[in-house]
Amino acid sequence: MYKLLLCIRYLKTRYIALACIVSVMLGVATMIVVNSVMAGFSTEMRDRLHNFLSDIVIESRGTEGIPNADVQMDRVREAAGEYIAAMTPTIEIPGMMTFTDPWSGETFTQPVQIQGIDPAGKASVGPLHDYLDSFNPVIEDGKTVREPLRNPGDSVGWELTSAGMEHRRRNQERRRMYLREIQSLGDSLLPGRKPSGSASDSPDFDTQPAPQQPGSAVAPQEAAPSDAPAAVPDAAAPEFDSLLTQPPEQSPEPSSEPSPEPSGEVNDMPGDSTGGNVFLADQQPQDSIREEPLETRVYIGEGLVSFQVRDEETGRTRKVMMVQPGDDVIFSTVTAKRPPEVTKFQATVVDSFRSGMGEYDGSIVLMNLESLQKNRGMHRNNAITSIHIKLHDYANAPQVLKALEQAFEPGMVSIRTWEEKQGLLLSAVEVETAILNVLLFMIIAVAGFGILAIFYMIVVEKTRDIGILKSLGASSSGVMSIFLSYGLGLGFVGSSAGVVLGLLFVRYINEIEDVLSWITGRKVFDEKIYYFFEIPTSVNPWMVFWVAAGATGIAVLASILPARRAARLHPVRALRFE
Amino acid sequence: MIETETLKVGKPLISADAISKTYDKGQVKVPVLRGAGLSAQRGEFISVIGQSGSGKSTLLHVMGLLDSPDAGEVFLDGNRIDNLAPAARDQLRNHVFGFIFQFYHLLPELSLLENVMAPLMIRHSLLGFWKNRREIREAALQITEEVGLSHRLRHRPSELSGGEMQRGAIARALVARPEILLADEPTGNLDAETGAGIMELLQRLNRDQKLTIIMVTHDESIAAQAHRTVRLKEGRIQGVAWEDAA
Repeated sequence: MYKLLLCIRYLKTRYIALACIVSVMLGVATMIVVNSVMAGFSTEMRDRLHNFLSDIVIESRGTEGIPNADVQMDRVREAAGEYIAAMTPTIEIPGMMTFTDPWSGETFTQPVQIQGIDPAGKASVGPLHDYLDSFNPVIEDGKTVREPLRNPGDSVGWELTSAGMEHRRRNQERRRMYLREIQSLGDSLLPGRKPSGSASDSPDFDTQPAPQQPGSAVAPQEAAPSDAPAAVPDAAAPEFDSLLTQPPEQSPEPSSEPSPEPSGEVNDMPGDSTGGNVFLADQQPQDSIREEPLETRVYIGEGLVSFQVRDEETGRTRKVMMVQPGDDVIFSTVTAKRPPEVTKFQATVVDSFRSGMGEYDGSIVLMNLESLQKNRGMHRNNAITSIHIKLHDYANAPQVLKALEQAFEPGMVSIRTWEEKQGLLLSAVEVETAILNVLLFMIIAVAGFGILAIFYMIVVEKTRDIGILKSLGASSSGVMSIFLSYGLGLGFVGSSAGVVLGLLFVRYINEIEDVLSWITGRKVFDEKIYYFFEIPTSVNPWMVFWVAAGATGIAVLASILPARRAARLHPVRALRFE
Repeated sequence: MIETETLKVGKPLISADAISKTYDKGQVKVPVLRGAGLSAQRGEFISVIGQSGSGKSTLLHVMGLLDSPDAGEVFLDGNRIDNLAPAARDQLRNHVFGFIFQFYHLLPELSLLENVMAPLMIRHSLLGFWKNRREIREAALQITEEVGLSHRLRHRPSELSGGEMQRGAIARALVARPEILLADEPTGNLDAETGAGIMELLQRLNRDQKLTIIMVTHDESIAAQAHRTVRLKEGRIQGVAWEDAA
């Protein structure tokens, strides 16, 4: 009883021990916060990676792909059908995308990863609805600024929204007006020419730099969307919107003055059917603008075609999209010939997507599979480059992998789980977490040394009291346990306080970040740098428990040495201690 | 004055024989006791007198098992007790001996009542204390009253006067009803009047409850108030002196 009484009294009366409590508390709180934030990041990242990748991916060796998608998918079903929840074929190929920024009038080309998908299939292996802009509301500062343009319950397809069609129509209007001005200017400058009121003239531009027929010449020409097939002798001839096969189009700078000077660099590609005319400008994406959207449709990753604009007055950053649904863009990629040949084709943007992963949003475009096949010459044998598979239960992945490996000829395809594909990124996060935990535990170890020092002083201070206790018949082990339980009590109080403090911090972490940003004047957690808008946290109860237990354990360990000293004090010497 | 009835012939309650003890102070060995001995009958009040450094406190400590002799033996009721295991020594100290010191050594974090109850808290486990808490409290209240401190039960030692603290220490020493009270300079830190009060209390306890008291002091007049005085000089007993009229 005396041990308990003394332990409690020591806890209550010794304010220096508060220092120990505070140090344990800080160590515990820090560990909890850091672990929660890292776990939050890790979980979010895993989720986003996973969602975009689906559980298992079968990829062809080469960019030519594997033929007969149906047959391949049947194979998959046969080998592991009972584990599979959904499956979808895709073509994944790198390429370049050329688009025009309406604000500056500049045309940009960026490298992209083109993924040809079947939207229904893609929606079955991952959350496609959540990514697409038209199915989701636009929210700024917590307020809904624009409602979803499409019914979230509808299936995903390649149709333009009415807003998209409207945008397209307006573009075409502007183009027509611009053309008329050009025409009239040209007519007035060169009275000898026949008045080119109709836009269907096939332009001859060897002599005239100025009045260049815009690409809208194409509009009334075609009845059918597919262009005249090129004289490409291959069996796998690219079709559809292929710019290689279209009549030469010239493109004035869309927003510049209709000046007669030749613009831009020469487009001198060897296979170019424009004949290398020096006065030809680069092909502009909207050259072939027509009322109807083109056959090839894409969803564009937001990061590819947007930039942040900081509103000086409000201090808020807004995202500005350079490409809207309804606009056309040009893709350059390679066909499936062996060896591949360059192919260019246009596509209409139907929607934009945001997956939350900067890597994906800034590099991926999703295209309709059939068009991509045709444009790459893969349509004759229904070739694809990958199959994305979603399992009922991811725990079955090893068995599924094994079964699938046996179903396909070795070397023909690579079959991997999403974790294997992203292994580097995930293991990097794990390693970071492990290292951080070790470092943070050092903090608690340091707190432990503090406890050791302070307890030692307390034992020294209590030397005479210990002598008295012994004279009253207290055993050495009894005296030792007073100080051990003192350490336990301190550790427990400190850990508990640390747990409370840590959990509070995690709970209000975004508010704290706001305050910190306000104090320091810079944004502490910038969503432009990190992938997320709010700091993601994930509290694991076991983690909290182990951190608290570990800290308490260290406190007890730290009190062992002083407690032993107390136990070993000789009663007489202790009594005489000055 | 001595009462001859206390000089019972027969087995002493406690006796120390030929105790030798040397302290090791680094390079120098200081022999504090050289074959000193002392025995007390039940109910005797003995004072041990000598100058500082004469080893009187050490003799007390050895007899009360706070320290072990380098040579010699201590007997309690004929049984040897100086060579017992630590657990047994702790028990004896708790049950048989009561200590009071020149500096009162009340535990500052506990109230007076709690200080007085301390030996019983040590004696019982947590469960045992809880079961016997009423009796324990009773015993403490009783002994506190005997020493005249009932009105100061809730006070911390820092709020008590020197005399009160020493009384409190006495109460603590006696709450467990020990057989032998070992007092090391009990009045050393008190003024004459308070000291007299303490001595009066000790004599009363010795008389009324037949409490055996062995008291160490350097003050002749204090020592004279015991039944007999033993003189210790340079670690040796000088001889037993009886106070007699002559």
